[in-house]
Amino acid sequence: MSQAAPPAVPGSAEPAQDERLLRTSLTRRLMGRPELGSVVGAVAVFVFFSIVADSFLQPSSLNTVLYAASTLGVMAVPVALLMIGGEFDLSAGVMVTSSALISSMFSYQMTANVWVGVGVSLLVTLAIGAFNGFMLTRTKLPSFIITLGTFLMLTGLNLGFTKLISGTVSTKSIADMEGFASARAVFAETPLLGATVKSTILWWAVLVALATWILLRTRFGNWIFAVGGGADAARAVGVPVKRTKIFLYMGVAFAAWVSGQHLLFSFDVVQSGEGVGNELTYIIAAVIGGCLITGGYGSAIGSAVGAFIFGMTSKGIVYAEWNPDWFKFFLGAMLLLATLLNAWVRKRAEATR
Amino acid sequence: MARARTGVRALGAVLAAVLGVTALAGCSSTGGKRAEDARRAAENARGKAAVTTPRWTFAMVTHSGDGDTFWDIVQKGAKEAAAKDNINFLYAHSDEGQQQAQLVDSYISKKVDALIVTLAKPDAMKAVVAKATAAGIPVITVNSGSAQSEEYGALTHIGQDESVAGEAVGEELTERGRKKALCVLHEQGNVGHEQRCAGVKKTFGGQVQNLYVDGTNMPDVQASIEAKLQADRSVDAVVTLGAPFADAAVQAKKTAGSDAEIDTFDLNAKVAAGLEQGTLGFAVDQQPYLQGYEAVDLLWLYKYNADVLGGGRPVLTGPQIITEKDAAQLREYTERGTR
Repeated sequence: MSQAAPPAVPGSAEPAQDERLLRTSLTRRLMGRPELGSVVGAVAVFVFFSIVADSFLQPSSLNTVLYAASTLGVMAVPVALLMIGGEFDLSAGVMVTSSALISSMFSYQMTANVWVGVGVSLLVTLAIGAFNGFMLTRTKLPSFIITLGTFLMLTGLNLGFTKLISGTVSTKSIADMEGFASARAVFAETPLLGATVKSTILWWAVLVALATWILLRTRFGNWIFAVGGGADAARAVGVPVKRTKIFLYMGVAFAAWVSGQHLLFSFDVVQSGEGVGNELTYIIAAVIGGCLITGGYGSAIGSAVGAFIFGMTSKGIVYAEWNPDWFKFFLGAMLLLATLLNAWVRKRAEATR
Repeated sequence: MARARTGVRALGAVLAAVLGVTALAGCSSTGGKRAEDARRAAENARGKAAVTTPRWTFAMVTHSGDGDTFWDIVQKGAKEAAAKDNINFLYAHSDEGQQQAQLVDSYISKKVDALIVTLAKPDAMKAVVAKATAAGIPVITVNSGSAQSEEYGALTHIGQDESVAGEAVGEELTERGRKKALCVLHEQGNVGHEQRCAGVKKTFGGQVQNLYVDGTNMPDVQASIEAKLQADRSVDAVVTLGAPFADAAVQAKKTAGSDAEIDTFDLNAKVAAGLEQGTLGFAVDQQPYLQGYEAVDLLWLYKYNADVLGGGRPVLTGPQIITEKDAAQLREYTERGTR
């Protein structure tokens, strides 16, 4: 975490130096990072697919892998933070779809500039996140129950409302409405240095940087670790446990909003049944990235590495052109191996401490 | 504490700013509900019964998952026929074979006057269909199960043979001079999907490869197709098995820099538009509206006049190959959700 360690002075191993200072050398400090194991796993997966799949190393292929990782990574960041804070969110997958549906249907039904829908969607999505956090801290039920409830309710609302308002189970196209082009540039494909980049890649980079800064450099970051490590102890030393958790759930909602707008402005029509099951993928990415399911330990960078491993594996299998009947098996085996390697490296790192 | 409170205030300010900006931007002068309302100002009044037969209750139980566009259209057809035929129409669905059978069972105990079921998982449905016919409830099967329908005691089967539909796609691809096709399955383990791709393989002169994608995650569908097109540059045709996935394939093709033709099963407004603009090659339609509509209407005819259509053979609603020249006419119907 952010304990101020005395700076290491590599290369100046004078006999007079206290041996305790040597323990904080750069390599040792790296060994203690939660994402170390997953970085080793990511390198292993990368090398593996570079060898078995000819087209894996092409720039366009790497771009596709990066995109696949980013759509997952954007959500994995706040999910990791929430997990460090000791909770998880099963409603995150469908919340993405809800957010996209709200923007689309609000803009369409009101014949409003699409940015109005985007703004309304942000408010409603944050409210759903706050609802999760508020219910959790108020009722003291486990997050599993609360967010499972939200998950089911949102799944039903997505279908029910879409059918009620649009008359079909998908939304109408909003591609011909005002503001669509600019919203598309922000959420779907951003023009950057003469090329177009998938916006989720940029959002992902910003969110990882922001979350890392929050975790390591701010008081709120310390609260997250404290709340996840032991809520009662944290409360005893004056950490606002409830508020921290509500904020963490709102963080997930914010990322769901970003992902939802990406979904909407990439395809301009949203299917209301989508998103179910994706919440598990986010949690998997955070866990592979070194977050403990029990809370109190993990990092935002780790979640990014976890998302990257997932992206590389799922697309690497396609590049390797393996028999698709076995696709899910390969995916599961690769993920298990990556996580085992992750755990093994972490154990070794802790042993050498 | 203080920091968190500033956080709340900052958040409020951001939200206020977002709303302020969007409110200033105001309305859209293009598209949206207003445009749609203007388009259908002359919509006639639907939903009135055209017959004076007693108000029978018909129930439909399908293997649809939640929020499936295809089954939405089937239901719409069934409902409109029910309104016309003075039928009380009930609908339930489950993608689990066992639960689907239980739903049928509950309608049998409810003593409905007729049943419409799908046989996507025939073995799970065999017993309840037999129970229904034993209880004197006429059954019509739709969509899937043409092979089992008669054997299980159904009056008739209305639908498209999945293999035949796949074969039609294979023929069309051969005619278009394609060499290597990609068949994109969005539900692993769906028998109908496998049959479609197998059908394509059977009649297509070139090579066919299957690709499984996660249908609940559209960006992932796109990235997977993209990856496949990058890995194999010789693919010159992509066939998606559902209309919503055709658009993801179009985008994947663009990013991968491939010049493959995108073709699809089923229709929706976007597919119709894509066909018109030439971004899609063709679509093969099995007319889901007709499957729902005909099932209700034929059951009404049976109750009223003991009429049976098909003579023991399935009544086919497809495959109908739709290309650029038909798309303009169908677009209006796809937009109102009946094609």
